[in-house]
Amino acid sequence: MSKERYTEEHEWIRVDGDVGTMGITVYAQEQLGDVVYVELPEVGRKVEKGKEMAVVESVKAASEIYAPVSGEVVEVNEALTADPATVNRDAAGDGWFVKIRLSNTGELDGLMDEAAYKSYVEGLH
Amino acid sequence: MRYLPLTDADRRAMLATIGAPSVDDLFRDVPERAHLKTPVDLPNHQGEMEVERAIAGLAAKNLGVGAAPAFLGAGAYKHHVPAAVDYLIQRGELLTSYTPYQPEVSQGTLQYLFEFQTQVALITGMDVANASMYDGATATAEAVMMANRVTRRSRAVLSGGLHPHYHEVTQTHARFLGFELAMAPPDARGTEDIIGLIDDKTACVVVQNPSFFGHVRDLRKLAEACHAAGALLVVAVGEVVSLGALMPPGAMGADIVTAEGQSIGNALSFGGPYVGLFATREKYVRQMPGRLAGEAVDADGRRGWVLTLSTREQHIRREKATSNICTNSGLCALAFTIHLSLLGEAGFTRLAALNHGKAVQLADRLTALKGVELLNDSFFNEFTVKLPRPAAEVVDRLAERGILGGVPVSRLYPDEADLAPLLLVAATEANSDADMDALAGTLEEVL
Amino acid sequence: MDRNPVTGTFSGNRGLQIEEPLIFEQDRPGRTGVDLPEPPKIESRLGGLDRQGAIGLPGLSEPQVVRHYTRLSQKNYAIDMGLYPLGSCTMKHNPRLNEKLARLPGLADLHPLQPRRTVQGALELIDTLAHWLKTLTGMPAVAMSPAAGAHGELCGIMAIRAALEARGDPRRRILVPESAHGTNPATAAACGYAVEAIPANERGRVDLAAFKEALGPDVAGIMITNPNTCGLFETDILEIAEAIHGVGGYFYADGANFNAIVGRVRPGDLGVDCMHINLHKTFSTPHGGGGPGSGPVVLSEALASFAPLPYVVHGADGFRLVEQDGDPAATGKAFGRLKSFHGQMGMFIRALAYMMSHGADGLRQASSDAVLNANYLMASLRDELTPAFDGPCMHEVLFDDRFLKDTGVSTLDFAKAMIDEGFHPMTMYFPLVVHGALLMEPTETESKDALDQFIAVVRALALRAKARDAVSFQEAPRLTPRRRLDETAAARNPVLRWRPPQPRGEAAE
Repeated sequence: MSKERYTEEHEWIRVDGDVGTMGITVYAQEQLGDVVYVELPEVGRKVEKGKEMAVVESVKAASEIYAPVSGEVVEVNEALTADPATVNRDAAGDGWFVKIRLSNTGELDGLMDEAAYKSYVEGLH
Repeated sequence: MRYLPLTDADRRAMLATIGAPSVDDLFRDVPERAHLKTPVDLPNHQGEMEVERAIAGLAAKNLGVGAAPAFLGAGAYKHHVPAAVDYLIQRGELLTSYTPYQPEVSQGTLQYLFEFQTQVALITGMDVANASMYDGATATAEAVMMANRVTRRSRAVLSGGLHPHYHEVTQTHARFLGFELAMAPPDARGTEDIIGLIDDKTACVVVQNPSFFGHVRDLRKLAEACHAAGALLVVAVGEVVSLGALMPPGAMGADIVTAEGQSIGNALSFGGPYVGLFATREKYVRQMPGRLAGEAVDADGRRGWVLTLSTREQHIRREKATSNICTNSGLCALAFTIHLSLLGEAGFTRLAALNHGKAVQLADRLTALKGVELLNDSFFNEFTVKLPRPAAEVVDRLAERGILGGVPVSRLYPDEADLAPLLLVAATEANSDADMDALAGTLEEVL
Repeated sequence: MDRNPVTGTFSGNRGLQIEEPLIFEQDRPGRTGVDLPEPPKIESRLGGLDRQGAIGLPGLSEPQVVRHYTRLSQKNYAIDMGLYPLGSCTMKHNPRLNEKLARLPGLADLHPLQPRRTVQGALELIDTLAHWLKTLTGMPAVAMSPAAGAHGELCGIMAIRAALEARGDPRRRILVPESAHGTNPATAAACGYAVEAIPANERGRVDLAAFKEALGPDVAGIMITNPNTCGLFETDILEIAEAIHGVGGYFYADGANFNAIVGRVRPGDLGVDCMHINLHKTFSTPHGGGGPGSGPVVLSEALASFAPLPYVVHGADGFRLVEQDGDPAATGKAFGRLKSFHGQMGMFIRALAYMMSHGADGLRQASSDAVLNANYLMASLRDELTPAFDGPCMHEVLFDDRFLKDTGVSTLDFAKAMIDEGFHPMTMYFPLVVHGALLMEPTETESKDALDQFIAVVRALALRAKARDAVSFQEAPRLTPRRRLDETAAARNPVLRWRPPQPRGEAAE
């Protein structure tokens, strides 16, 4: 299963084995505007689904990023520190935030698939 | 009423435009029983002459340091402020402008804040500084809270050489935020070793240099001990002029430096407004409280200035802000930066040398008196002497003779009986030889 | 010499707009603007910690320094130059008498720790100002030491928490309306409270039902700005006060907008337990490019005994300061200390001079005129702009960006166009409860002529926006010393201080 899953807080996660790569959605980066800074957790930190894990900032706003699943941070995208604009250019690809080793893959069932997220975003307008 | 431009005719015309019968009608959303039915019991308006007479009358009841030989310090110092400083800060475009949120019409304020930040970074030996805090005490409390955020720990060790007010302000925040403080006892002789108080839960150690009692200390070993334990070293500077003569805290390993900036550019003014300086290392800048001016480029490609990294601040981050500070000490920071620009490298270092020289001379004069013991091996422009009787009594007797002879330690530590004979004495460039003669001579009489 | 591509002049200057480098770029080693005597020849007693090496401060003479700051000043907008309609900031005239009196010998040259017999006049001045503040607010006590509005908020919430702790019931939550200043939630958090936002209703007031829903035995208090940041008086204020008291909580009033009601409404009559007063807003002490402020906090009987140290008391032998809880003259159990020494004396002098100049009659007239001016703006702009709520408003008027719909012009663009017209913009995008907010506060020190000119400009700009001339807005301002600055690039790579240019060779590495 390597399909993307989405949260109502506009995070995406793509799971390969027991490790999920996550970032914020294209919609989220559009709402935020030019990203100027990303604060990432340290590798090894235990995160809990729905709890604050990172922060992404534009000039006039700061948004908390919540863990889409529980687990342990195994890698963070250091490239964002040097070039935070990557989040704007490629939110769903090179602009990923962290990789998490899932402690409970069952949590994925509670997330939206692409179609559900799409209609969720349309409902916000 | 000289400050109100509307005439009655204006008011009538404006009410007609609004379509309201009276100004009272505009207050109709106020619940009926909350309206004041009778005027408040205070005097009516007065002209400039009357107001000036009344307030000058209050001023005349005081004895200012400008009218007496004065040797008070303990965190606020009498210095000469060049005439240009007070003239420039009263230019309306500087005095009556708001926080520079609109950079295109605030380049003047933003540029001097950028220069101020650079000056503060240079004299403290740190990478970056913010655009000011309220005063040295609040800056120090904010430094402790920042160290808690940086280290994700919640215990601070406070030196017994830290100004008691800095202690108390930090303690007040600790009480409400629930972080732990380990406080060393008052360190009148400058012999404390607080390395032993550091543990693996310690977020920071806070020391003052020169200390409240005037001692100058080498902080390098302490910095190493802090860093080995994963804690930050916070250095508070109570007399900013000392940085013109002393090794800067940044060179001794400090992670955050706070200072009271009053001495440069600002009047004593009975304790405020003053200006808190706050500097740190580059890597901690996003955890810093307060405003920051930064360099930017405009639409035409020209260099300019903006407030930056604002997402740390309350107007954006609200309850997650690094501090609740909004208004800081802009105009006092301006006075500071103008005075320091006038001094320059040559003037600032000479001012510091002059202060130290005067203090050394005064210490020698006072310790020549019978029964007066100097507690300091080292000091900058302030030192502690032990008198043969309670210092508060001595200060009162000196005041009766028109001399403001220093600050009795008991004023700040009333419950420590063994500190009662201690007197803090400061000497600055503003003390003439005649002032020192007067103090030494009169002290001999009243002891 | 080539022409500057932006200004078309050789110098890069444009008439009275003169380019000014940093002080660090004007350095000549050894030069100074202060002549000091030769330091005495002594043996250093700095404990071997004498500074090694240069600091890096630039050397300038006095004429250069005077010119530098004069040129910088000419790049600022200021109240002394014109109408400064920043909503919620109360940019009113700053009387120069206040400046003169704050500099009097006997006040400006007082050390805070002098013997009390030498500072009786200073203590009397603080006591007198305290009397005016208590009388105007109808409150029994005031804490004078807070250094600014946000510092006053800390003082108030700490007093509340101390009072609750004394009851053995510190509680957990503080309620804050969505329209509040950012300092309110930041303050509550800084006192260890969880913040719960209360929505606004369709009339721009606190949603009473939502507020009552949020109430509970763990609510420590509510922080309400009244008049609120939409420029409206909270019509349910008495009921809100009653309800918060009903659950044993306290009512914190943010006094940022006290300017609207001085002499007409006393917060004490609204059930307020504590309120900070921004002396730099309501009582005209200068904003100074961002401070210093002063934020005394008036307190109800329930909170008075928890007021922070120090405070002035009046005994048989004159005035004195209580600086410690153990002092026999102490009147309560202080929650602690908020700053060094006794408060912003320089601001106290200015505020007292302002109050005495106005008197009871003038202060009431000032708030009346402030409200009249704001309503006049509303009435004169309401057909071209879109008021967020129905009037009457209080001392400020809030518009939203509906009038800019489909014009391609944003609130920000509109504000920047005002700069070219010679006005400081209004507050933008605050409060958060309306879309694209434009909040205008004229204050009582504007004449009708000044308002009429401002109205004419705002109307003309609104018409131009609706005429689909978006580009001219997006390119504004054009006539300022600098045009729009790239804040994104500044935040991505922050440059927060000057550094000396690297010598050639090193830079190549």
